[in-house]
Amino acid sequence: MVNERSGRAALAELVTSRSVLVCVGSGGVGKTSMAAALALEAARRGRRTIVVTIDPARRLADALGLERLGGEPLPITELIAASSGLRSGSSPTGSLHALMLDAKATFDDLVTRHATDRAQAERILANRFYHSISTTLSGTQEYMAAEKLGELHTSGRFDLIVVDTPPTRQALDFLDAPGQLARFLDHPAYRLMTGSGSAVSRVAGAAGKRLLRAAARLVGSVALDDAVEFFRAFEGLEAGFLTRALAVRDLLVSAQTGFVVVTSARPEPIAEAGYFLDRLAAQDIPVDAIVANRMTPRFTRLTAAELRRIAAAQDAGGDQVLRTGLAELIELTAAAEAEERALAPLHTGRAIPFQQGPFQQGPFQQVPFQQVPFQQVPLLDHDVHDLGGLEQLRQSAFDD
Amino acid sequence: MDPSAFFTGTAVHLVAGKGGVGRTTLTAALGIAAARVGLEVLLVEIEGRGGLAAGFGHRALGYEETVLAERIRGRSLRAEDCLVEYLGGHGLGLLTRPMVDSGLVEVITRGTPGIKDILLLGKIRQLEQARCADVILVDTPASGHALSFLRSPQGLLDAIDNGPVNDQAVAALHLLQDAARCQVLLVTTPEETPVSETIETAYRLEDEIGLHLGPVLVNGVLARTPHRDTDTGHSNPDDPDPDDPDAEGRWVRELGIDRDLAHAVQQAAVFGRRRRDAQRRQVLRLTEQLPLPRLEVAHRPDGIDDLGALAEELLGGLRAW
Ligand SMILES: Nc1ncnc2c1ncn2[C@@H]1O[C@H](COP(=O)(O)OP(=O)(O)O)[C@@H](O)[C@H]1O
Ligand SMILES: Nc1ncnc2c1ncn2[C@@H]1O[C@H](COP(=O)(O)OP(=O)(O)O)[C@@H](O)[C@H]1O
Ligand SMILES: [Mg+2]
Ligand SMILES: [Mg+2]
Repeated sequence: MVNERSGRAALAELVTSRSVLVCVGSGGVGKTSMAAALALEAARRGRRTIVVTIDPARRLADALGLERLGGEPLPITELIAASSGLRSGSSPTGSLHALMLDAKATFDDLVTRHATDRAQAERILANRFYHSISTTLSGTQEYMAAEKLGELHTSGRFDLIVVDTPPTRQALDFLDAPGQLARFLDHPAYRLMTGSGSAVSRVAGAAGKRLLRAAARLVGSVALDDAVEFFRAFEGLEAGFLTRALAVRDLLVSAQTGFVVVTSARPEPIAEAGYFLDRLAAQDIPVDAIVANRMTPRFTRLTAAELRRIAAAQDAGGDQVLRTGLAELIELTAAAEAEERALAPLHTGRAIPFQQGPFQQGPFQQVPFQQVPFQQVPLLDHDVHDLGGLEQLRQSAFDD
Repeated sequence: MDPSAFFTGTAVHLVAGKGGVGRTTLTAALGIAAARVGLEVLLVEIEGRGGLAAGFGHRALGYEETVLAERIRGRSLRAEDCLVEYLGGHGLGLLTRPMVDSGLVEVITRGTPGIKDILLLGKIRQLEQARCADVILVDTPASGHALSFLRSPQGLLDAIDNGPVNDQAVAALHLLQDAARCQVLLVTTPEETPVSETIETAYRLEDEIGLHLGPVLVNGVLARTPHRDTDTGHSNPDDPDPDDPDAEGRWVRELGIDRDLAHAVQQAAVFGRRRRDAQRRQVLRLTEQLPLPRLEVAHRPDGIDDLGALAEELLGGLRAW
């Protein structure tokens, strides 16, 4: 099951047939780079593609060699065409856009669009509590990612949306966004603040007031007033938020969406990959491919041990250049061997023992790894920070 | 520099950097280094995934302290725990239960921007004030998040103008701005994006918050090949010349090296040279654009299996500094 061919074929199937692809994995493994490479391949195959990053970092812009990226789709087809012959590919209809989620702008836009009138929109936008949650609240990023994804999907402008997630376990929180929103809106404390829910809250009135007073002592009365005012102003908008969040959740769990777990060949990121597999399995979402990125290239079939013996046999006064090169080859081969060992659990599907790596987090691997299509991508001799580099990454993943 | 002076120069060291650059690894290694020069160490993980403890063979850290090794303790801070503790300590103890049960605590920590961060920073400050260790090392959230985390006191001061949370924000800001109490250690790898982010984050931490920056930890530096001065960025004339198609043939003809092996050696040499050169360029860029001292930590091709060795390397770097 685990072979390069099935991995390549799976990736090809994903970029040609899905509507949404989500890249997850731990930090530094190459999620953003791979997301861009997948999008590039889809565009080359003639699809109207957009790559969206919900990581507030600038990395996607960097990987594409762009100065900056904003919250609106930026067309980069022409740029790509110049460096990778996009237009000369099999189909002339493909295109590529890129976008970096701007949570605040997305939120503002939603409020403006869905408010019943200008006055309501203005009340919300001017509220200090709103201002803070829309800029700094953790969680807002995930909600807005879901909103943006839904918006891009329903706009019909794109055949494929590739989503690059932040390097945290919260990366998948947007799957829970509707549930959390529903729970929040149904929350006694929320109803306490908005004064809705009538009968129940009137009964709980006295106790409720005491709690609110305590909260006011904590965060200050002004802040609490702001919060209460925000929730009141927001009334009537919740239903729409919930409906859209549910629609996005349906899209994400449907067969239209593919999940790609990116990892590097080290014990810790592989354990993290296991966490993502479990997390997705818990929501009945299958992982469609695992990409092991940054694999040290093998230049020889000899083992590091054999190479060391050969090096030892070289006479000390021999060719300096050869000795340096051999030392390099030994180091690279040893690294490749360590990576092979780290990848073993992917091949056997066995749980990784706790002690294996210093930062191992315990066995998560309930999902058999070996049933997931697997693709290795080599470590390139340069970072991926321009279109040329990205094209090389794409070739390593897709071309034989 | 005397490592012990480095560690005790400020009580709190916030270790920050882009995800995957080795923040957790180096937080642990710094802890071991400090313990090795005789200091009592507290390692703090924030809303953690338990990565820090595993380096010491422990499963996960809890809110209460765990002894990880001799002179090294660790704990994991979660905002909810901090809030409950805080309420208890501020005359709201009786209301704590109903506030938790009614979900108000959850709504407050989720819904009041930055309050989580303030609670966490407040707890770190309390640990510092209580002098619970000679050195407190904090594995802070990944860099984009580190900025908003460390900026939250300022933000909250704007949003909340009275009450205990305001007091907390003021106190947290004092801690962050006092070089004798707190400094940030930025971790990066010698790669394009992490270096750019490090430079930007450094300036913003200083300008927007007034934080004091310690040395930058450059992690994963490829070892220098013998016979090659990688520091100057100039290739040694002895280096295999990537454009010299002859070297390979010469080895085969004159030294009787197997043809495939000669080819592999040539390829490996070129590959290694390109990666090293790319790294050097990034280190140079970092040095030019960010006038901070650097501590380099070598790349371990076989992965990290000995944090003690990393600790020794850091100690060596500090002594030579
Ligand atoms: N196959 C590869 N070969 C060489 N460098 C790579 C490769 N894939 C990614 N990189 C580099 O690795 C670093 C991390 O990549 P990035 O895509 O930002 O990861 P993530 O989004 O998972 O944090 C970047 O510096 C990038 O240039
Ligand atoms: N100097 C190094 N050489 C080799 N591998 C390293 C080095 N430093 C860290 N690593 C590895 O890199 C990965 C990420 O490290 P980690 O400390 O978890 O990063 P972060 O906390 O910044 O996300 C881990 O697999 C770790 O073992
Ligand atoms: Mg990324
Ligand atoms: Mg970490």
